[in-house]
Amino acid sequence: MLRIERKTDGKFLHQRIISVLIALAVAGIVIAICGYNPIVVYREMLEGSFNSVYYVQQTIQKTIPLLIMGLGVAVCFKMNFINIGAEGQFYMGAVAATYVALNVSGPPSAVTLLEMFVAAFLAGGIWCLIAGFLKSKWGVSETLVTLMLNYIAIKLVSYLQYVLWKDPKSLGFPKIANYPTDLQLKSVFGIHAGWIIAIILTVFVWFLLHRIKLGYEISVMGANERTARYAGMNTTRILLLTSLIGGGICGLAGMIQASGVEHTLNDQMANGMGYTAIAIAYMAQMEPPAILIVSFLFSILLQGGAYMQISMQIPSATGDVIQGIILLFILGSEFFSRYRVIREHKQKEEAK
Amino acid sequence: MEKSTEVELRHIKKCFGPVKANDNVDLKVYAGEIHAILGENGSGKSTLMNILSGLYAPDGGQILMRGEQVSIRSPKDAMEKGIGMIHQHFKLVEALCAWENIVGGMKNHVLLGKKRVLAEIRTLCGKYKLQLDPEKKIYQMTIGEKQTVEIVKALYRGAEIMILDEPTAVLTEQETERLFEILREMKAGGCTVIIITHKLQEVMDISDRVTILRKGVSVDSILTRDSNAERLAELMVGRTIDISVPYVEMPRNRKEPVLSIRDLRIAERGAGEKLKINRLDVCSYEILGIAGVADSGQKELCETITGMQKATGSVQLKGTELIGMDPRAMMKQQIRIGFVPEDRLGMGLAAGLSISDNIALRSYRSEKGLFLNKKEENIQAVDLIKNYNVSTSGGNQAIQSLSGGNIQKVLLGREIDRGADFFIAAYPVRGLDIGASNFIYEKLNEEKKKGVAILFIGEDLDVLLGICDRIAVLHSGELMGVVEAKTTTKEQLGLLMMGQKLEGTEYAAN
Repeated sequence: MLRIERKTDGKFLHQRIISVLIALAVAGIVIAICGYNPIVVYREMLEGSFNSVYYVQQTIQKTIPLLIMGLGVAVCFKMNFINIGAEGQFYMGAVAATYVALNVSGPPSAVTLLEMFVAAFLAGGIWCLIAGFLKSKWGVSETLVTLMLNYIAIKLVSYLQYVLWKDPKSLGFPKIANYPTDLQLKSVFGIHAGWIIAIILTVFVWFLLHRIKLGYEISVMGANERTARYAGMNTTRILLLTSLIGGGICGLAGMIQASGVEHTLNDQMANGMGYTAIAIAYMAQMEPPAILIVSFLFSILLQGGAYMQISMQIPSATGDVIQGIILLFILGSEFFSRYRVIREHKQKEEAK
Repeated sequence: MEKSTEVELRHIKKCFGPVKANDNVDLKVYAGEIHAILGENGSGKSTLMNILSGLYAPDGGQILMRGEQVSIRSPKDAMEKGIGMIHQHFKLVEALCAWENIVGGMKNHVLLGKKRVLAEIRTLCGKYKLQLDPEKKIYQMTIGEKQTVEIVKALYRGAEIMILDEPTAVLTEQETERLFEILREMKAGGCTVIIITHKLQEVMDISDRVTILRKGVSVDSILTRDSNAERLAELMVGRTIDISVPYVEMPRNRKEPVLSIRDLRIAERGAGEKLKINRLDVCSYEILGIAGVADSGQKELCETITGMQKATGSVQLKGTELIGMDPRAMMKQQIRIGFVPEDRLGMGLAAGLSISDNIALRSYRSEKGLFLNKKEENIQAVDLIKNYNVSTSGGNQAIQSLSGGNIQKVLLGREIDRGADFFIAAYPVRGLDIGASNFIYEKLNEEKKKGVAILFIGEDLDVLLGICDRIAVLHSGELMGVVEAKTTTKEQLGLLMMGQKLEGTEYAAN
């Protein structure tokens, strides 16, 4: 008979690595069932991510939005504010940046870019702040609100793309006009300048969580809200400010993706990355350096999956399948970090 | 009289992860005796009894009943073997009446018929001289009555061995006396009683034989009449130890009111008041105790003073009105109150954060600028760890991985180091072993010597009578009276705790 017991010690890191390895093995079986050699597939994925400078650049470029949104989500999670609305905040940030890019005219472009930056931060932040406000006022579940706001944001973008902001010069094709070239992020070492912003944000969030008073308050609130009140913290203010910052960072990801990669706004650009960011923040245990590494690993799956589609005619969804299996195993491994399963001794063994 | 062995446990082992809760425990309980299991918190008493009542399976060892080896697979199995367990937290359905709780969950109980059940319960109550109205709803009962229901429930199901887990923790002095009478009746009626406790006096009062556990090992098993409280304490702790609670005498003329409560009320929705205190002063150079059965308004009182809960009336700290301020407002006005709350990890500490992060909770705001002063925080943590003998690997260790005593030292140390004129300690020694408790008493007395006014919420009357200058008694949120600790007996306190007001004493002691 098997019995389950609470564990007091936890070796989280090696448990996570083991679960990723097991996940890769299981995903390998799935790939094999589909009729491909899993070793070849994995090798192709790595080749697609690293085999040339271009591929590496692509992989890093795919890391940028995952990393930034992972940071934004982590700030919220640290406060035990379950923001699963990174996707929506990303789109709102992109919408605001696009509005500025297409309507505010006049040089210098650096000023306009800065305006786009601020607008995106505020739009994403306010989108998340709605959930924060509802929670602080009436205790509404932020999980549900942020999730629902995702759908509103995506549909809003579709509406803009197909109706309101549709480019008259696109010959009836549902497309919003491209950003003027001077408002598209420049390349630095072959990758758009978003990577610099992403690294600055990583450092910033680390400082916020570990060295700044607000970050300390966020940690205390996340650990125990009653203790935060006991210590005289203004819990409402912290809740609102944190949701604004967390959502704002996700909004920045939207602006960077629109300006650096898409050069416009469309309703496909987030493509579920906001949800992947949740998994990244969680796997990295809200630690910014770990988020950097984990988001890079996830982008290998994305980039490798895209490459496989071309080189082996395997649907890129295979990458999604592997990603899904890895997540499942990581989440499952949480159970084993908290509990252990013990095979119960038979009565005979006990008697001797 | 030659007695037969009723239950015998041999070499019982039980581990929870790396923690050995029971490591080679031997226990021999004879038929028809009252057997006390004595040990400090964490010594493995409850684990042992949970093994005997079928909740846990042992990792090793044998259980023998009346000489035959048995295996107890579940609480139901234990019941069938005649073992009844009464847990510290009652397992009763509030909305049902006593007899329904008694038969509920039994096989074929629907077929029994109410009349027959009631008759059987009355016979049982008659036999053991128990007072119980089987048709009364549980939610209308006092704690003592609920405990009686639990006892009848176990007896009704044929329990011959009754295990009681810390049964007196929730009872007043009088209710405890009543329980002990019941236990003696049960013994006379042929039952075997096992009582788990960490209170020495109880062991001496009620038991025939006592087995002492220390760190998961059974240290000794002795006849109670051959022993005394000091000897038991020594066996329990493992070294000679002073079990008296230290009192510090301070000159009376130096005492001045620091905290003054007038007409304090917390209204409860519907009827009644959750807190009603007309007049209470806590003075400098004194420890004022608050006595009362669990949930008599102690928590409300603490949280009102510290601004966590809203109330009407007046609470003045050295002339500053506290009513209407929340903890944040107090912080802004530089009002400092040292506060060790009842639920340490639920309020007061953040379990997942490190020691130094928890210590910074009170001081981080006073640092200048936007940034935390990590260096300063680490120095504070190192100092506190040293001054309060916290055993830890360092300031970065998470609070939740410390033992109960060390957690309390961190909290107490942080609050004392704030240097407040007024200090609230709510159940500061709950769950701590004798050594850690003594350390806490010592620190509180040191504060008293410095002139701090201390409010000490307690549950053990011996401790309250020992350490306090005066004791205020709460009953259902109402202040029943304030008495001098030196001239009061436990019985008098017990009467106050049960709601019998002492005429004229409420103001006399001020």
